[in-house]
Amino acid sequence: MDSLKHLFGIADLDREQIEYLVNLGDSFIDINRRPLKKAPTLRGKTVINLFFENSTRTRTSFEIAGKRLSADVINISASTSATKKGESLLDTGQTLAAMQPHVLVIRHSIAGTCEFLAEYLDNTAIVNAGDGAHEHPTQVLTDLLTLKQAWGSPEGKTITIVGDIAHSRVARSHLLAAKKLGYNMRVVAPKTLLPAEIERYGCEVYHDFDEALPGSDAVYMLRVQTERLTDSCAFPSVREYHEAYGLNSTRLKAAGEHCLVLHPGPMNRGVEIATDVADSVKSHILAQVEHGVAIRMAVLAALCGGQTEEKKNRSKKKLSDEAMRAQGTLL
Amino acid sequence: MSGILLIKNGHVIDPANGIDETVDLWIENGAIAAIGSYDGSADETIDATGKIVCPGLIDMHVHLREPGQEWKEDIESGSRAAVAGGVTSMCCMPNTGPHIDHAGIARQIIERAAQVGLCNVHPIGAVTKNLDGKELTEMRELSRAGCVAFSDDGMPIWHAGVMRKALEYSSSFGYMIIQHAEELALTKGGCINEGWISTQLGVTGMPVEGEDSMIARDIMLTRRAKAFYHVAHISSKGGVELIRAAQAEGLSVTTEAAPHHFALTEEEVLGFNVDAKMSPPLRTEEDRLAVIEGLRDGTIEVIATDHAPHHEDDKRCGLSCAAFGIVGLETMLPVSLDLVRSGVLSMSGMIAKMTSNPSNLLGLESGTLTPGSEADIAIFDPETTWTVDREALVSKGKNTPWHGKELTGQVTHTIKAGRIVFENGTIHD
Repeated sequence: MDSLKHLFGIADLDREQIEYLVNLGDSFIDINRRPLKKAPTLRGKTVINLFFENSTRTRTSFEIAGKRLSADVINISASTSATKKGESLLDTGQTLAAMQPHVLVIRHSIAGTCEFLAEYLDNTAIVNAGDGAHEHPTQVLTDLLTLKQAWGSPEGKTITIVGDIAHSRVARSHLLAAKKLGYNMRVVAPKTLLPAEIERYGCEVYHDFDEALPGSDAVYMLRVQTERLTDSCAFPSVREYHEAYGLNSTRLKAAGEHCLVLHPGPMNRGVEIATDVADSVKSHILAQVEHGVAIRMAVLAALCGGQTEEKKNRSKKKLSDEAMRAQGTLL
Repeated sequence: MSGILLIKNGHVIDPANGIDETVDLWIENGAIAAIGSYDGSADETIDATGKIVCPGLIDMHVHLREPGQEWKEDIESGSRAAVAGGVTSMCCMPNTGPHIDHAGIARQIIERAAQVGLCNVHPIGAVTKNLDGKELTEMRELSRAGCVAFSDDGMPIWHAGVMRKALEYSSSFGYMIIQHAEELALTKGGCINEGWISTQLGVTGMPVEGEDSMIARDIMLTRRAKAFYHVAHISSKGGVELIRAAQAEGLSVTTEAAPHHFALTEEEVLGFNVDAKMSPPLRTEEDRLAVIEGLRDGTIEVIATDHAPHHEDDKRCGLSCAAFGIVGLETMLPVSLDLVRSGVLSMSGMIAKMTSNPSNLLGLESGTLTPGSEADIAIFDPETTWTVDREALVSKGKNTPWHGKELTGQVTHTIKAGRIVFENGTIHD
């Protein structure tokens, strides 16, 4: 397997790399549940979280992931407007890279920010924590870990993703992962919230949520930003959106007993998801949050050299050995 | 230059006069003396064996950035880039700062270009003051100052009522309106063509209907006004079809294509390539082929570059915030030669689209090798292959999608008013 230099998106990963990261994340879940939540894997490593967009869970998740593996973690919240006025994105990136961190975790509203910065920054691994509507790989790896826990493998399953697909980096990363891992995607939204030629990802496209529900193994609800309402006439009111695309208990029943509920957060209760559904036993939303830390530990460990060149077709045994090595000796 | 400059044994192509043969051409006192067989002595001789000798190229759509944005380009650097590309006349768009919306600026540009002395510069006057789409400029005054057509390029003339009046007023005096056709309400926030590529990259797209709908509207207004309407940088299949139909109807509707729109598609943007971002954007293969068909059947009479130099700082910031536009003067000819190599156009037909056709459209004197006319000539080797190096471009703008790519066809000499201003890579200022 090729070792990772950066993590820009699911687009750059092959199936083996995706499964490696998910399995490595799986092995880290345990640390997070112990009384002493610390491993020395990244001792002496520096991780900078550079967030140009507001984020609580993703930034905190990366921070905790780094700290539990003993990395030194620095958080920087730069508002996009402030950097536009003064220092350019490139200058900010180069300045931080000159301080010799091992990893820069970046979130930015401009798609392609990580690819752009990587052209100019040497010796710094870059992790995409969400770039515009392009990709959000660690969220999707997190979801895959949650689904692994629930199903073993996502292969052959059907995930129905609902909401603002046009502006969703999570949806795009999932559509890419689905092809690589062999699960089906259904996208559900009014045409106003779908990007052009979405069907070319090989997904099924629905405008009627109720039609898409039967046969779904998981329903993945996306946060709907109410500013879309005024900005682009994407939908007439929150009330009508909830009526057409909100997940409530009646719809969840229609999907079937086995159907799981996922959401990348933060939720708008009463908009895309009803409270009783969000809090139901079928909801894996908090499991996603927990697994997010484990996956980000795995990504940081993999990028900081916890991973070496490996032959293809590694046995499960060897994989878990390697996972143990990457995990290091527990304190 | 006094004395005789002889261009010996070149393949002389002068579409305006139907000349397409291997002969000698000689220049005396800065003017074309004759084309034929020359036996006498000459003060200077260029051996053009195996090369094409044609009128100096005309690029009717460039942005020279002076006055106002001289860090991107100025009249001198733009003129130098022009002659390096075989261009001896160009029309500069009015989105400078201040805009070319009053006569003083037009005169200043023409004077500065004359001082530089490498390339004719014909300003395009603004249609509306400040390019804000509200009040018409003094077109008669601008015309007297040397403006050869009118446009708000960079911005569309968006308001239908203003466009109607602009078409009516300009055509009353025989002036042409050049439209940057873009319905802003559809393209807002967009940075590349809307479609599969914009979806994969997660950036806002500019739907092709933004271009087509405005062309359709303008053709209706042109019909009523009996105006002279020219669509800048056409990029879409629908747009080409609309113009073809308007021409069949007998309307004075013309258009131009930029080399990038017939050579490249939106695929070029994959990997967030900011040097493949321009407006209108690179579109699909279907659109590209339609533009080529338009060039073949004559719907598109002109090849023009939309040369849009930008500073690195305006481009190095990610795809969605990078400035629109690419440079084109130095790659115009070799890229267009692909049309000849693929059999779309004859060599003479291609040269006409960069010489006599724009000249006729704008009423210029250049673009021919008629004896007695000012000797503006390009000589190029259609077979030489070279690799584009952005750092080696003469223009201040380095924003080219052809960096690192091989192009075939190289300008060896550019002659302006009988003086060799560019010779095998060297500019004689």
